[in-house]
Amino acid sequence: MSQIPVIPLGDVLFVSIQGELYDAVALSLQDDVTNAIQAHNARGVIIDISALDMVDSFLGRVLAEIAGCSRLLGADTVVTGMRPAVAITLVELGLTLPELRTARTVEDAALMLGVWVSSRTSRAAPVAVRQDEPEAMDGGSGTDGP
Amino acid sequence: MSTPVDETVRLRIGSDADLSAVRLQVRAKAQAAGFGLVQQTKLVTAASELARNTLVHGGGGEMEMSEVAQAGVHGIKLAFTDSGPGIADVEQALADGYTSGNGLGMGLGGARRLVHHFDIDTRSQGTTVTIVSWATTPVDPRAVLR
Repeated sequence: MSQIPVIPLGDVLFVSIQGELYDAVALSLQDDVTNAIQAHNARGVIIDISALDMVDSFLGRVLAEIAGCSRLLGADTVVTGMRPAVAITLVELGLTLPELRTARTVEDAALMLGVWVSSRTSRAAPVAVRQDEPEAMDGGSGTDGP
Repeated sequence: MSTPVDETVRLRIGSDADLSAVRLQVRAKAQAAGFGLVQQTKLVTAASELARNTLVHGGGGEMEMSEVAQAGVHGIKLAFTDSGPGIADVEQALADGYTSGNGLGMGLGGARRLVHHFDIDTRSQGTTVTIVSWATTPVDPRAVLR
C-alpha cells in the first residue's frame, strides 16, 4: 500500500486518508506530517477521514499523536469528516480523543485554522487563501482580485 | 451456544496486510448477514483490535469466522487464536488503560464493549478470544446465549 500524500495548501497541510490503511502507512504518515510541517512552515494540518469506514484504537492513537506532535511544532491539527458509525464505535470503544480537534467539513476546519477556502473552487481544487487578503473575505470573488 | 449456518473461514494473522484482510472479510460477512452500518462498524473495529492483539502480543495466529443463527437471528462468530505466552492477568488486561505494548490500552476491554458475547481462553500455550455479534440486538443479548 502506497503512502498518503501530504499536500501543502498555503499555510496548512491537507491529508486525505483513503480506504484501507495499513499500520505501517499510518505510522509513516506521522513522520511525513511532522517533516512537512517543518519543510513548509505549516501552521495547520487538516486530516480528512471521511473515506474511512473504521477507526480503531491504533489509528485513534496515531491521529492523536500526529495532533500532539504538530502542536509541539506550532501547528494545529483538525480531523474532518468522521462518519457517524465511526464516532459511535469510538465512544463505545472508550476513545473520545478529547485532545483531537474535529470539524464536519474541510471548509469548517480551514475556518477554524484561520484560513479561508473558497466554496466556489473547493469542490474541484481546494485553494487555501490567507485570511489577511481582504478580497478573500467577502465570500465570492475568490482569488481573482479586484 | 449457537448453530453455524455456513462453512468456517480461516484467515492467517501474520502481518498488517493480514489485519486489513480481516477487516475487509469481516465487513463483507457482516453486510451479507444483514448487519446495519453501526453494527458492522462495531464488529469490524472489534475484529481489528483483536487481530492486532493476536499479531502484536500473540506473535501471530489466525482468525476463524462463521455465520451463526439462534432463534432466527443471524450473527457472526469470530475466534482469534495465537500460540503466544498467554495473558497473565485477564482482568487487568481487560481494564481500560492497561497496556503491555505501546497502545492506548483500550483494545481488549474496548472490543468487549463492541460485541454481544466475549470470551477469553488463555493459557501458557496460547490464547483464544471468541466474540459473537448479532445482526439484530435481542432484548437481552446476553440472555440468549445462556
